[in-house]
Amino acid sequence: MILDSKIPAGPLAEKWTKHKFNSKLVNPANKRKYEVIVVGTGLAGASAAASLAELGYNVKAFTFHDSPRRAHSIAAQGGINAAKNYQNDGDSVFRLFYDTVKGGDYRAREANVYRLAEVSVKIIDQCVAQGVPFAREYGGLLSNRSFGGAQVSRTFYARGQTGQQLLLGAYSALSRQVANGKVKLYPRSEMMDVVMIDGQARGIVTRNLITGAVETHTAHAVLLCTGGYGNVFYLSTNAMGSNVTAAWRAHKRGAYFANPCFTQIHPTCIPVSGDHQSKLTLMSESLRNDGRVWVPATKETAEKLRKGEIKVNDIKEEDRDYFLERKYPSFGNLVPRDVASRNAKYVCDEGRGVNETGEAVFLDFRDAIKRDTKAIIASKYGNLFDMYKQITGEDPYQVPMMIYPAVHYTMGGLWVDYNLMTTIPGLYALGEANFSDHGANRLGASALMQGLADGYFVIPYTIGDYLAQTLPKSIDANHPEFIKAAEEVKNRISQLLKINGKKSVDYFHKKLGKIMWNECGMARSAEGLKKAKAEIKELKRDFWADVKVLGTNEELNLTLEKAHRVADFIELGELMIDDALSREESCGGHFREEYQTPEGEALRDDENFAYVAAWKYMGENQEEELHKEPLVFENVKLTQRSYK
Amino acid sequence: MQLTLKIWRQKNASDKGGFATYPVDHVSKDMSFLEMLDVLNEELTEKGQDPVHFDHDCREGICGSCSLYINGKPHGPLQTTTCQLHMRSFNDGETVTIEPWRAKAFPVLKDLVVDRSAFDRIIQAGGYVSVGTGGVPDANEIPVPKTIADLAMDAAQCIGCGACVAACKNASAMLFTSAKVSQLALLPQGQVERKTRAEKMVAQMDAEGFGACTNTGACEAECPKGISITNIARMNREYFSAVVSSENL
Amino acid sequence: MSWVTKTLKSTLGRKLIMALTGLFLILFLTGHVSGNLLLFKGDGGEAFNMYAKFMTTNPAVKLLSYLTYISVIGHVIYSITLNRLNKSARPIGYAESGASTNSTWSSRNMGILGTIILVFLAGHMYSFWFQMHWGDVPTVTYSGEEYKDLFSVVQVAFQQVWMVALYVVAMIFLGFHLSHGFASAFQTLGLNHKKYSPAIKTLGSIYCVLVPVLFASMPLYIYFTS
Repeated sequence: MILDSKIPAGPLAEKWTKHKFNSKLVNPANKRKYEVIVVGTGLAGASAAASLAELGYNVKAFTFHDSPRRAHSIAAQGGINAAKNYQNDGDSVFRLFYDTVKGGDYRAREANVYRLAEVSVKIIDQCVAQGVPFAREYGGLLSNRSFGGAQVSRTFYARGQTGQQLLLGAYSALSRQVANGKVKLYPRSEMMDVVMIDGQARGIVTRNLITGAVETHTAHAVLLCTGGYGNVFYLSTNAMGSNVTAAWRAHKRGAYFANPCFTQIHPTCIPVSGDHQSKLTLMSESLRNDGRVWVPATKETAEKLRKGEIKVNDIKEEDRDYFLERKYPSFGNLVPRDVASRNAKYVCDEGRGVNETGEAVFLDFRDAIKRDTKAIIASKYGNLFDMYKQITGEDPYQVPMMIYPAVHYTMGGLWVDYNLMTTIPGLYALGEANFSDHGANRLGASALMQGLADGYFVIPYTIGDYLAQTLPKSIDANHPEFIKAAEEVKNRISQLLKINGKKSVDYFHKKLGKIMWNECGMARSAEGLKKAKAEIKELKRDFWADVKVLGTNEELNLTLEKAHRVADFIELGELMIDDALSREESCGGHFREEYQTPEGEALRDDENFAYVAAWKYMGENQEEELHKEPLVFENVKLTQRSYK
Repeated sequence: MQLTLKIWRQKNASDKGGFATYPVDHVSKDMSFLEMLDVLNEELTEKGQDPVHFDHDCREGICGSCSLYINGKPHGPLQTTTCQLHMRSFNDGETVTIEPWRAKAFPVLKDLVVDRSAFDRIIQAGGYVSVGTGGVPDANEIPVPKTIADLAMDAAQCIGCGACVAACKNASAMLFTSAKVSQLALLPQGQVERKTRAEKMVAQMDAEGFGACTNTGACEAECPKGISITNIARMNREYFSAVVSSENL
Repeated sequence: MSWVTKTLKSTLGRKLIMALTGLFLILFLTGHVSGNLLLFKGDGGEAFNMYAKFMTTNPAVKLLSYLTYISVIGHVIYSITLNRLNKSARPIGYAESGASTNSTWSSRNMGILGTIILVFLAGHMYSFWFQMHWGDVPTVTYSGEEYKDLFSVVQVAFQQVWMVALYVVAMIFLGFHLSHGFASAFQTLGLNHKKYSPAIKTLGSIYCVLVPVLFASMPLYIYFTS
């Protein structure tokens, strides 16, 4: 199959406008005859469900949470980018586009990114109109900050809870449509499969998480807004429930999975404290504006520190290595996420890590406090310092924080065309669940932007083009395909319940996470990846032979829920490794040890790897097939990123 | 450290339920409370017993999923969410009692999991500004005084966990409802529907079976996000002025 | 349902009734305690008896007294319905309670405090209000006009140590009831403001001590001075 990205012809800045005009429209009287399923109710899902319902479509919205308001979009702290140029500092749609393509290390589609930058300005208008309480200046106008090393102030924020406020805004719009009867909400329902009729997505199979009932739902189009798959690493900043299941089941039905190995590792997370660790907590990136990152200059000092023989504050200035400032004098502690993360890993690999596990570096505010006073630092980061203290028991005003990189976001996802449609007709993927806008690395404050852009301003136009070409006939819920899909789901459930092995689901998840983190994490090598692939194959066999899932299907059963998710993570893990292995270059979050500059920086290979890797599922235990969508850059010049 | 856990176990909504006692050893003070329960659940699974079910998700204090009533207080001894509570807040040898939120409007589904959809229905009754996607004015068209925007944000921080209901002797949802009423009443964008919103949200709150407010302030004291009861006063004001002056019969 | 009944049936409407009647009763208590201060005048009860007559005969005061009866009855009835509603909102209680760390005892026990005050009020009204209206009260004559000698009834009553004790204890309960009720009524009415709420709180703390103390000092004064 040739991947048709359906990028409209014409100049970059006119593509979206022209495309909207060229898209077919659904007759207003006919809209109520179409049903659309939205899976996931985070930023992308809630905004899409609300917007489509406003247009008149009948929407069914599914979430495995008890309420749409719990989606993990809520946890985004920093902010949302928009090319408003309210600050008169030279921002523009083109600059946001340019920064995003460059930040993504030239592995994103130009047209998609430009559209993202273009609609970004409307997102802010929309959110303000909904009553989102963005930060404001004394004059009453919106406040901006510069974020993630951007050269302009284009980030809008609501304290440290921007994601929460945006999600609650979208949730309120969704709630209004629920009240209007245009959206039917299905909370505590997990999507288990996509139902295809004549090659088109025509519905889904769900499991009611309270009763265990396996249900089928019909629709003329299905939208997957199910977020990222960072939990394949077990430990990540994702929520405990975040999973790949919906996307993975769609993949197995024929949706190509693009760039699965592109994962973002965030440099400032609270380090692991022990085997009991269930998730990692992100500390806002803004901390690097004032904190200085360092480790002891020698392995010996670090060892003494770990053994508790010396105290951190007793380490003399000359015995400290401010490695980011040393290696990147012009950007210093503010280098992009991937660079900061990788360098933290290097110094820890050298044995200079600072906590008991040896996997942590210091983020020190001593000098900032000396320079600005404690009061000023407290006013900027007080809540973060408190959070840190609550979790670790240590006071960052007195001793430096300890941080370590953690998996944060997945740029890869289901392959979609310009219309956000996957390779399955009628099946769309929005937000983090798709791959389209961030290339190999996502810039700070861009995830919220993309989720809302897809939901509010892209899908309402593009879905019409598809539906207009589909007859508004109601779909037969008793079609053999629905019955067959439901049966398959039930079989899988009983298969899991029957195994009754010895190892818990978490055992497998942790083990998978370790393999992925060690070999497909911050640095990857052909040798390690090959080893990991064999280990995962073995893990999969072991899982289906020895996992222990207690209880029955007909009840709230958290172990069963998790078993489904982990089974899918294991399969995804293998694909990620295939992808990482086949991409013989380093770009963005994907760093292959074999491909680096003499200074140890990522070495891209634009000649051979400027493409999207889209993988086709070929059947149980078969190698997946790689399809390439070449990336064409007409508006930006490909350069090597340098932060020296 | 070692602890004795006294946990409410209930098979499903119709089961009567009761307390079960579990000893847990090897609790590290660096564990979060939920990680301590994870350890217990791993042990229970190993023994072939049904793990303790509880709601949780983000584990960073923002999604509002976690909802345990620990030693007589929602989210335990600190004014934070259960997921942010760490075991260093407990002593070796202590007995810890864990119960679900208790309210008619929050029926128990299993063990410590309760149904909080009543909150969603309160929002659906009017916790929004009725603007569709697109066609809205520029974000900077209407200036909002910083003090007002800050007050609105204070209210908007609610995570919908339900600790206010759990803490209130009347299982009242006034703090939750008032936080949303306040946020939108403060901002210019919420003015158009201000009266109708207050009337409808209060009516829905009552219909769900939550209790009334005795102004004890327990909700505010236990709210992990520090939502103030000044919001309840504001909601009362909004409601009273709405019922006497709105056009709704 | 008309909008009025709908409002009065709502939780907020019911709370409004509680607050308005409560505040009116606070006003009543203020008047009551001020008038009764005449007991301390040391004129053998002349001023007090004249005041008592004024209070039972003046038409404006009559109107106010009916309002007071209505307030008491309304306050009680609404507290009963609210209490039932509140109890039904949590059919299964907690095994463990840490409420003492998040709220004051009186705020959680307004119903109990109110019930005790109500019982006291019944006795109090029988002892004086009922006697004054329909009882066998001796009369005195000042400047040729006849007055019921309520003062002597009071004097006789507070010779009994148990009566004194009862009144003093009742006033303690009243103090606790007011300690929460005063500021709470303002909060319910929505009168919460950065600038004024601290003053209301302070006023409430003074009021809940001052008024019960003044009331309690009357039986004590009479008991110890006669």
